[in-house]
Formats: sequence, C-alpha cells, structure tokens
Amino acid sequence: MFEDLHLGGILVSTVRNAPVLIFAAMAGLFAERSGVIDIGLEGKILASAFVSAAVAFTTQNPWYGILAGMAVSVALAMLQGYVAITQKGNQLVGGIAINIAMSGLTFVVAQYFFQQGGRTPDLGEARLFDVVLPGSAAVADVPGLGWFYTKLVGGHSVLVYLAFALVPLVHWVLYHTRFGLRLRACGENPHAADAAGVSVEWTRYAAMLIAGVLCSFSGAYLAIVQSGFFLRDMSAGAGYLALTAMVFGNWRPVYTFLGCLMFGLFGAVQIQLEGVDLPVVGRIPGSLIQMVPYVVTVIVLAGLMAKSVAPKAIGIPFVKSR
Amino acid sequence: MTTNDMPRWATGFVLPILNLLSALLVAALVIHLLGEDPVDSLRILVNSAIVNPEGLSYTLFYASTFIFTGLAVSIAMQAGLFNIGAEGQMYFGGLGLTLAMLAFDASMPAIVLIPLGMIGAALFGALWGFIPGYLQAKRGSHIVVTTIMFNFICASLMNFIIVKYMIPVGEQNTASRAFSVASEMPRLNTLIPALGDTPLNISFLIAIAALVVYGVMVWRSAWGYKLRATGLNKHAAHYAGVKISGMIIVVMLISGALAGLGSVNSILGSTHYLSLGFVNGAGFVGIAIALMGRQHPVGIFLSSVLFGALIQGGFDLSLEKPNIPTETFIFIQGLIILFCGAMENLYAPAIIKLLKARKG
Repeated sequence: MFEDLHLGGILVSTVRNAPVLIFAAMAGLFAERSGVIDIGLEGKILASAFVSAAVAFTTQNPWYGILAGMAVSVALAMLQGYVAITQKGNQLVGGIAINIAMSGLTFVVAQYFFQQGGRTPDLGEARLFDVVLPGSAAVADVPGLGWFYTKLVGGHSVLVYLAFALVPLVHWVLYHTRFGLRLRACGENPHAADAAGVSVEWTRYAAMLIAGVLCSFSGAYLAIVQSGFFLRDMSAGAGYLALTAMVFGNWRPVYTFLGCLMFGLFGAVQIQLEGVDLPVVGRIPGSLIQMVPYVVTVIVLAGLMAKSVAPKAIGIPFVKSR
Repeated sequence: MTTNDMPRWATGFVLPILNLLSALLVAALVIHLLGEDPVDSLRILVNSAIVNPEGLSYTLFYASTFIFTGLAVSIAMQAGLFNIGAEGQMYFGGLGLTLAMLAFDASMPAIVLIPLGMIGAALFGALWGFIPGYLQAKRGSHIVVTTIMFNFICASLMNFIIVKYMIPVGEQNTASRAFSVASEMPRLNTLIPALGDTPLNISFLIAIAALVVYGVMVWRSAWGYKLRATGLNKHAAHYAGVKISGMIIVVMLISGALAGLGSVNSILGSTHYLSLGFVNGAGFVGIAIALMGRQHPVGIFLSSVLFGALIQGGFDLSLEKPNIPTETFIFIQGLIILFCGAMENLYAPAIIKLLKARKG
C-alpha cells in the first residue's frame, strides 16, 4: 500500500499547501495579540484572492494583482478595526459580517466583469512564476539530493519563501522589538499599557494594518499561484483553519507555523489517500479525511492534547478608564 | 449618557431602522455601480415579495425556517453564548428527521409521522448543539470556534452519509429517496386558496407558537430569569446560585433543537427528501436575524420576514436584472449583520445629542 502513498509528493504538496494558512495565521496572530479577534480572515482572503486574480488578469502582471489585493485586504482590516476599536462593537459579529458579505460580493463582481459564473478567466502568463534555484540543472539527476533541491526546496514561487521567512520575522517582531512588547501588552492588559503611555487604539490599528497586508498574501497565493484563477468561495474555510492553527499554536508564531504545516499535511494526505486501499479500513472516502483537521482542532480545543491560553484582553473593546 | 439611558423606543426601534437603512443604502450604491436602478430594483423586490399574495406566501415560507434558526441563535445569545453552529445543527437535524421518515413513512399516518419527524429533527439538532456546549461548559473550549468546527465536520459527515448510504440504487441525484405523501406538512393554501400553489405550510404556525413560547420562557419564567442573569453577568449569576455549566449545556441543547426544527419546514414542507447542502445558509441568516431582532420575539419575526422577502424578491429580481444575481443578497445579508450587529450603536451618539437638545 505504501507504494501508492507517495511520501515525496506529500511533502512537496505540504510545502505548497501551507503558505495560504501561514500568511493568514500570522495575520491573525498580529490582530489577536493586540486584542482584536480576527474571525474575518476568511473574508479578507476571499476578497484579496478575487481582486488579485482580476487585476493580474486585466493588467497581465501578477505584481499589480498582489498590490491590488493588498489594498482591498487592508481596507477590510481597517473596517474591522473601525468596528472593533472605534465603534467598540462586537468583533465576532463584525468579522462574520465581512466573511458573509465578501462571499456574496466577490461572486457578484466577478460575474459582472467576466460573465463566467463568478469565476475569473485563467491567468495564464499572469500567474506568478516559480523560482528556479541556481544550480538546479546540475543536481537534478542526483538521486535524493536532486529531488530535495529542485522539488522540495526549489521550484516554488516567491510567496512560498516569503511565507516561510515570515515565521522567524514575526517571532522577532513580537518578542524582540518595542512595538511587539506594546502589542502584546495591549492584548494582555490594555489598561496597563495605557497607563504606561501606549496608545491602545493606535497599536491595535497598526496591528490590523499588518494583519491586512499579511492576509492579502494568502488570497493572492491562492488565486495567482496555486490555482491560477479566482473561483467562488475558493478559500473554502482556509481562514477558519488558519485561525484554529493559531489557537492550536497557543498564539505563538512558531507553534502556529507547526499547526499550519500539520493542516497542510492533512490536505496533502487527503488527496493522496483518495481511492487508495488501506489495510483493515479499506478505502477512506475523501469527505471523511476532510473532517480530520476539524476533529483534531476540537480535540485540541477541548484541552485533551494541550491547553491553549488566549491573550487575556481578546475581544474586549478598550474603554479608557478615568 | 450611554445607550442605557436612551428611551426604549430609541434603542429598540429607531436604531435598528437606521442601521437597516444604512445597510440598504450601501446595497443600493452597489446596485447602482452594477449599472442597475436601485429604486426600480426595490420596486420589483417589494412587488414580488410582499404585494403579490403568492410572493408573500413564499416570503412567509422562507421566514418559517428563519424564525427557527433565529430563535436558536437568540436563545444562546440570551445566555451570552454566540452559537455560530445553527447551520450545522439544522443540517444534522435534517438527518434525524430523515431517519425517522425512512423508518416509518410507509407504515404510519400523518398524525404520528409529522410529530415523529419533528422529534427526530430536534433530537439530532440538540445533539449537534450539545457537544460544543458540553466542551464549553466542562473543558472551556470557546463555543464560537467549536461551533464553526462543527459546521465543517457536519458538512463533511453529511456528504459522506448521503453519498454512501442515502442515494437510492440507480439514482444520480445526491439526495435520499422521496418520502411518502403522508409525511407532507399540510399546506396553508388548502385553507386560504388565495395563497396560490406555494409550499407555505403549518410550520409557519408552529414557528409563531415557538416565538410565543420563547418569549414566555425567557421573560416570564424563573428559568428565563436565570438564563438572562447568566448572559448579563456569569459571575453574579453563579453567586446567586445558578449552575453555569449546567445552564450552558441546557441552552445549547435547546438552541440546537430549535435549529434542527428549522429543517422540518425545508424538508417536510417542501422537498420531501434530504438533499446535499439543503440548509443553504439558513443558519447564518439566523445570526443576522437574532442580531437585528435584538433577541426579541417581535424583532425575530419581523427580521425573519424581511430576510424571507429578500430571498423571494431577490430571486425574482435576478430573473429581471441579470447584473443582480441572487448572490447579491448574500452580500446584503453581510451588510445587515455588519450594520445591525457589529455597529449597532453607530447612530447612538447622534440620537442622544438630538434628545438632549430637545429636552434642554
């Protein structure tokens, strides 16, 4: 049976699946560490996926697509910030509203512009190219190393490398910079941060801005790297999955990253397992494998594997005390 | 002066109306940008959803489902729980109903069969609400995240069950076999022929009864007092002798059962079989309805009718105006949730100012 389960293929597609989750989870990390629940990741991913695809197709330039997706995602993050920070409204409701609204709006606008059932045309040349690492040709035929260097490490788009590079960067920003310290203070005890002279409002807005930028990469990656077009509701719960990777990772960048890798692995295994006869259980239908990450998350949340501790002030609007 | 100091007519009526109008204004702007006339669109919408008796009948048919999902979200909200899982709970409730039908629809008369279906729907819905409730109460896992997970788990699980076990041999349609005629909910057009040939059925009357029971339970019973106390201040309620974890579990059971009952109108009232994804967002609409109706029976009724009208009118509108597909109304739903739920106090400062100016 294991001949059918191509281990190398699984690893490569794990690397290719993970960036969508990594970008979104790191975005959520900034927002939630500052005290704002970011359940609107899904909507931002979807909006930036559509806008990136639409602009990349129209201009035939993937970079313009990424920039446009970023603008839209940041605008949505600011709206979320306005609801959560200025209006002191319910952050969960605000995020869910954005998710539902974007699920409808992206379809309507895609249909209006392209008339293809809420899909954008194939991007073709406007897709982001894969990087060929120097010396790939030389080692390509070396067994093991050739696969490792050209398929696993090399041969991905820039966004994949950005996603993996982001993790140590986020760790450094959160734990080793003044901004990171203030950000965490706003999420744990905003009144103390306020007393220390930190503007809680501006720190949270800054966190939302970063979240918007990071989240846009997730959508752009989905549309102009992975699939090469936009499709209705193509994020398919990636935003929620990223959020759970973050809960799984205890709101810490490195563990969150491991959570994303785990979910990426499930996605890869699911495709590989489809139609493969396993001993004892036989064929496992795809719909059941699809369930696994969600079930794992529930088990983690139930504290059966590890206890996750959220930032203390998460979801609570900050009202300056007098 | 905060919103608490505002008169009740202002918080309960003026604010929601202003928020709703804001949402519709943004929607109108988008419709305008799509190159269609918002005023003309509104006219078509109102005509086909409210004025035309057959359209109104469809509106109330959709509203019957929404009242149940709205009640499901509302009762959880009364206890301070944000149940996002109505979608999955209704879907799973549909499975309970279907199992009851598949077992008994050939041998039982309607008078037994329909209550049996309702019990099946409520039980399965309650089960799907119970697990997140139990995990929240006993393990402290956040109800929002678990109910979202349960929506996904339910979607996959139902996909598996329907495809593997429900599709009759030789059929292509991803749905169970059709139930016998005895299982059909009596339609209201047999009483009022003017309604035309529409699926509006006695579920609507049951939904109204549920609204009344909900109102009495929440505001006129000792249990409702404990429920609201839990929602307002968990710690104070605990001091006053409310067993919080028990309360959470019971509320999630009721919430899930109500969401499950939403499937009765959809399945026994209209399709007469279980099909893939039949819930189609009704659970999420329930969130909007609970927020806009401020968890009050009258508010829930009015917003359910509004959403029913948006669906019915939106369907006709999309036929006449190709640039406004039915998905536009998913967007408008999101806008309504945003304005009526997340930014509910957007206009409060202005109104407070206005009231002060009049007094002083």
